[in-house]
Amino acid sequence: MHKGPSRLKNRRSMLLRREPALAGLLAAAMLVTTPTGAQAASLTAAASGPASFAANCGTAPVTMQGLFESGFPDIVDLTQLFTKQYPNVKWSIREDPFATITSNAPLILSGPNPPDLMRMPQITGLVKDHLLKNMDGYFNTFGWGTFPASDLEQMRVAPSGAPQGVGPLWALGINYSMTGVFYNKALAAKVGMTAAPTTLAQLDAVLAKAKAAGILPVEQFDSSGNGGLIFPLQYLMADYTIQASGSVAPINDWVLDEPHATVVTPANLQAVEHLDTWIKDGYFNPDANAVSYATMMSRFDAGTGLVIFDGDWESGGFDSHFPGKFGFFLFPPLHAGGKQGAMSAPLTYGIAATAKHANCAAFFLNWVETNSAARALNVAVGGSNPGGPASLPIPPVKPGTVTAQTLAAGQVIAKDNGGMGFIANATGPIDAEAWTPAVQELFGGHLSPEGVLKNVQADYLQELSAP
Amino acid sequence: MTSAISPVHSIGESHLTAAPRALTKRRARGAQLRGWLFVIPALVAYAAFVIWPILQTFRYSFYNWDGVNPAQWAGVKNYKTVFSNEQLIGVIGHAFELILFFSGVPVVLGLAVATIMRRFVTGRMSTVARTVLFLPQVVPLVAAGIAWSWMLSTTGVVDQVLSNIGLGSLAQSWLGGFNTALPAVGVIGAWVLLGLCTVLLYAGMTKIDPALYESAQLDGAGPLREFLAITLPALRQEVAVCVTVTVIAALSAFDIVYIATQGGPGDATMVPGLEIYQLAFYNRQVGLASALALVLMVLVIVCILPVQWFARRGVEQ
Repeated sequence: MHKGPSRLKNRRSMLLRREPALAGLLAAAMLVTTPTGAQAASLTAAASGPASFAANCGTAPVTMQGLFESGFPDIVDLTQLFTKQYPNVKWSIREDPFATITSNAPLILSGPNPPDLMRMPQITGLVKDHLLKNMDGYFNTFGWGTFPASDLEQMRVAPSGAPQGVGPLWALGINYSMTGVFYNKALAAKVGMTAAPTTLAQLDAVLAKAKAAGILPVEQFDSSGNGGLIFPLQYLMADYTIQASGSVAPINDWVLDEPHATVVTPANLQAVEHLDTWIKDGYFNPDANAVSYATMMSRFDAGTGLVIFDGDWESGGFDSHFPGKFGFFLFPPLHAGGKQGAMSAPLTYGIAATAKHANCAAFFLNWVETNSAARALNVAVGGSNPGGPASLPIPPVKPGTVTAQTLAAGQVIAKDNGGMGFIANATGPIDAEAWTPAVQELFGGHLSPEGVLKNVQADYLQELSAP
Repeated sequence: MTSAISPVHSIGESHLTAAPRALTKRRARGAQLRGWLFVIPALVAYAAFVIWPILQTFRYSFYNWDGVNPAQWAGVKNYKTVFSNEQLIGVIGHAFELILFFSGVPVVLGLAVATIMRRFVTGRMSTVARTVLFLPQVVPLVAAGIAWSWMLSTTGVVDQVLSNIGLGSLAQSWLGGFNTALPAVGVIGAWVLLGLCTVLLYAGMTKIDPALYESAQLDGAGPLREFLAITLPALRQEVAVCVTVTVIAALSAFDIVYIATQGGPGDATMVPGLEIYQLAFYNRQVGLASALALVLMVLVIVCILPVQWFARRGVEQ
């Protein structure tokens, strides 16, 4: 009668005695073996990549794997045009939102089947982890030395991941975007804006007039993951930095992670204070902190705001869907005739270190920048400067279009040497972790202008010092 | 005689009973084996998809690891960071605030709605009411998050209704305001979980003997007295289940927050689930993310154990 339960009890107690021992052994085994031993080994092999830099896709059938950003039709159109010219090359394309690409890039690139060509998020971390193909070989093979050096600067990174702007080339832009101010022509006429403001004071006056007339001066996105207030902030930083230093170099130094670079400068503080004035004066839609980029665009398309701070990737869409409705001007300087600054960034594509068709991917990138049909398509759909050799002309566009205005503005920025890297790209997480919360808190009145800069700089230093 | 026969008899008896006993034992063992065979697939799946990931997370929490390169031993540094970093502590605080909405509102409202349904809604209407209330459970959380984001925007139905009833001054960007974003997210969670709680509580009410209500009414008890003296004590188990499910949903919230606010504005709606995701996939601090995940798991257990104890005590009583 008593044997059954007692035996069960014994077995239970044996299990109870064993459990800590087993758990201890398991824990010890787990703690002794560090994660990713195998991955590290495969990465060491991957970093070297194929030795040859053949400058074509060959003649055998090839299916290229592409991972592109959703919402950018130009790259897909370009792959289709490429296949027409090189029928042996087919494409298998996956499109993801940029945020998804950013969070998944290390895992995708270190996986067993990485894409041949991939839209690149911020690349420093990927370079440090040996996940990207060093493109210096292609630079020599294809003669990319004829491209403006400034076009390639943002894609050069030291192999250790910092600083940026120097070292090997790790990606290439399929075009080179530039930012500024788009405006609604009908609303501009209502507030008496007959020409683009030539000074910041004039822009202030236009915004004030719009506010007084019951027109929303600025349609702005600033939701989490889309901290859009850093667009006007960086324009203002450029204005005040040019006044203080004569150029935008201090901003670029910070973006490129130069040693001792800091965002906490008197000029930048003036910029945040100016932005804070706009916020307090009610120039932005009051729900900006909850408005996504897509919502802002749909509202602006519908005619709800006088201006948006945005980039020339929208030019093609404005011209095709709303011809004549919108115009573009560069953010005005502090003083009339002064130098102007604008964010100017390549739409970067890179090749995985272990890509199966790395040579064909590089050939495609070179074709995008040099083939006349590709360049024409790139400008018509993408609306941005197609880059490529300095000697190649920019494909002609219809005069008076938004695209024509943005391309012309690009010449001004080039003359003023006012191109800036985007402050959101200084480190991988700086946008989501530092800039976006900071400008959202500024917008909500929860953080002072000084606090914005101090918080961001603290995060920046912490990220740069991370092992 | 007796003594002579007795041993023989007893021996014979033991021989006679030994065979069936052995057979019974073999059958029992066979049944036990068959039982294990049925359980093993589930056990293997549970070990592979629950136990093993927990052990792996536990292991990662002692390393500095970016998810790609070889990890470096960090000891308990990641746990120290979780308990000393003000931002991470604040994030855990948000999860507890969400309990009010995810758990408090659905349980209290669910009790009220279920009571009303039991008393006043019968027949086909009862089925329709339960179906309608349960629908949010069927809607994917991502879809619910998107729909509520639209409704809570400045051009959404909430602000439109406020304006139409003369409360336009209250209209605002609910998900964009620092003081309103977390409660707004909480409202979405309450909407999702209200139906589940109502249906669970209503099912519990149907098991209560109607004679108890009749005798209470004969004793002069009103609806409130009936509820407090009969309904609520009888629903101890169901309330415990509701609280358990909803507290877990609050502490581990991710989908709704990710879709509606992504943790913003600022860090106003950042919750542990989202912070873990951002730490692991944006900041690439897998060790710290793992430590926070384990702390969250322990927190969930600590919050749930008293509820379970409360429910068991009710059964024993």
